Amino acid sequence: MMKKQRLVMRTVILLLLLAAVGYTIYSNFFTEKTEIKVGATAPDFVLTDLNGKKHRLSDYRGKGVFLNFWGTWCKPCEREMPYINRQYAVYKKQGVEVLAVNVGEPKLSVQKFVDRFGLTFPVVIDREDQVMNAYEIDPLPTTFLIDKDGKIKQIITGTMTEEMVKQYMESIKP
Amino acid sequence: MEQVKCECGHVNPYGTAFCESCGKPIEETTKPLLDMRYEGSARRSQTYNKTIIDKIWNFFSSVKVGVWLIVITLIASAIGTIFPQQMYLPPNVTPAQYYEDQYGWAGKLYYELGFNNLYGSWWYMLLLASIGVSLVICSLDRVIPLYRALNNQGVARHETFLRRQRLFSITNVNDERLFETLKERLAKRRYHIREENGNILAEKGRFSRWGPYVNHIGLIIFLIGAMLRFVPGMYVDKVLWIREGETKEIPGTNGKYFLKNEKFIFETYEKGKENEVFNAAIDRVGSGMVAKTYQTNAVLYKRVGPVIPGEEPKLQKVKEYKIRVNDPLKYDHYALYQVDFKLNELSKMSFQLIDKKTGTSFGTVTVDLRNPTPSYNLGKGYRVELLSYFPDFYFDNDGNPATKTKIPNNPAFVFKMYAPDKPKGEVSFVAIRQTIEPFGSNKYKMAFAGIETRNVSALTVRRDFTLWILGVGGTIFMIGVIQGMYWNHRRIWLKRVNGEVWLAAHTNKNWFGLKNEIKSIIEGTGLTMPIDQVGMEKKAAQGGNEHGATQ
Repeated sequence: MMKKQRLVMRTVILLLLLAAVGYTIYSNFFTEKTEIKVGATAPDFVLTDLNGKKHRLSDYRGKGVFLNFWGTWCKPCEREMPYINRQYAVYKKQGVEVLAVNVGEPKLSVQKFVDRFGLTFPVVIDREDQVMNAYEIDPLPTTFLIDKDGKIKQIITGTMTEEMVKQYMESIKP
Repeated sequence: MEQVKCECGHVNPYGTAFCESCGKPIEETTKPLLDMRYEGSARRSQTYNKTIIDKIWNFFSSVKVGVWLIVITLIASAIGTIFPQQMYLPPNVTPAQYYEDQYGWAGKLYYELGFNNLYGSWWYMLLLASIGVSLVICSLDRVIPLYRALNNQGVARHETFLRRQRLFSITNVNDERLFETLKERLAKRRYHIREENGNILAEKGRFSRWGPYVNHIGLIIFLIGAMLRFVPGMYVDKVLWIREGETKEIPGTNGKYFLKNEKFIFETYEKGKENEVFNAAIDRVGSGMVAKTYQTNAVLYKRVGPVIPGEEPKLQKVKEYKIRVNDPLKYDHYALYQVDFKLNELSKMSFQLIDKKTGTSFGTVTVDLRNPTPSYNLGKGYRVELLSYFPDFYFDNDGNPATKTKIPNNPAFVFKMYAPDKPKGEVSFVAIRQTIEPFGSNKYKMAFAGIETRNVSALTVRRDFTLWILGVGGTIFMIGVIQGMYWNHRRIWLKRVNGEVWLAAHTNKNWFGLKNEIKSIIEGTGLTMPIDQVGMEKKAAQGGNEHGATQ
């Protein structure tokens, strides 16, 4: 009788401890500490592109959005831009949009960069870092794959090859 | 497991070293003194070892395991400080490469073993968690039997128990009033006295024994507080770099609050400006060498209406505040602390369009370094276009001008200068203290004409809902320490055996104090001062000539 009670007590205490430890480790390593995570709705934002046109993310519902954060000084961003540009030409007809968010550089520099690579997708400038804060951007480049329902499907940090860009765009086709 | 019944009639749990009630040793030992640790009670971990649950329990119940866990954690933490952690590496480097380049094979090994991110690594967390588990189980496994043993202790103790106490004496006295006198004196010294068939147990400071466990409860609460930091919304720790004149969103507030930096002030102690008594001190270190104030004059705004990042925010002023070191702006549980600064960041740069030969100026061009305008009309047919701008200029691997960051640390420009006599324009590359004319010699030049600068302030954004839990945990921890440190659990047993009076005493610490107390209690009663049997043993071991304890 006593023995049984003791076993139950020990099991309960161990389970409680395990739950506490498990929760800490889980929340620290397997979840993002914010609302920015795969499966969550991508935060809405409004930014103006180089031609003065406003782009609001929620207006793109129904289409897949390839949301790329970049800077002109970032060499990996420079490398992947032509890939994105080429694949965009293919996937635009299939309902995939590209939005490239520059991290608040002078319009002059951004314009020059766009001209140099002949980018055809809208490039917007996050002048006040508000969108960067909302998406908690740390390393550049960072790309968010957003599906037709506005949910984040995948977050990619680091350079992509053209093959990867193609697969990613394929994955968010509506 | 069967329980063990002592001859005094008390039933003890299996594994008990000596009877909880009368103190008679359950198993005869040849040792002259009893091990009084945990009152001889059976630590439960050592008695049941059948199921997997018991085995896990027993593993964590071992103090030896606990100490090893702490030692391993200490060693790992120390190793983590040998090379910089990954978060302190300069940006734009590949960690794997960086460690190898900087520290050779040791750096490579360091990286491959995961020490580059030690304090956030899963195994480090697991070590900390194991210490926590060990703490809980060790405490539970000891505090419950100890409580039981102290609660069940009898007043009448077995002779072997008394004999085997560290402090023990036998006296032949025939004084009927003796125990009354002793009781009076003991009570005066705040002893709690229990009497049974002419046996006396005087006890005080028992609550000191709970100190370590109270201390552990505090630690566990502290750990829970630390754990809660991982719950979203409980803990915010961000940095905001903000230039003078800028209004920026405060990170970590989900776009709810904005801050304007009106002015950043950096002051030093200067001679002539301070009270005379400070002159000697100022002379010693030099005027203007010691910082006096770091201050950001800030205005806090709240965003009204829906929060859509990127949208021009509608702001409502909340308050103005002069943020200084250790004097943060506090609002809505957020606190903004002054943490860093950068003086004189370039904000505008001016150039004059001049004729290189005559030096005649045709007008001034002022370039806003954060967002430059592409073209500048100087009138009379003179015009300057900004073709390229590099805020933080360097030559990249291909030998092309490029920028390292978006911050104007080292601005460089490519200008195209138009004049009535040069309708096609001349191109000039202008950086600080250097001008390159890539397409041959030019007639005109962009001559440096001045700069404007502004200060940048860095603020830490902090919100911490776990602080009070850490405070409660820390306070309980401290109470436990004090409880265990400044009180002693002292017990004195008195027993009449065939006309003799046996006196034994025990304390969990400070034997010197206990001996002094006994001395004053038995003074003038004719009782023999107990002998310290541990002291005797030591002397005997050292080859002294003195006799052993009276046995």
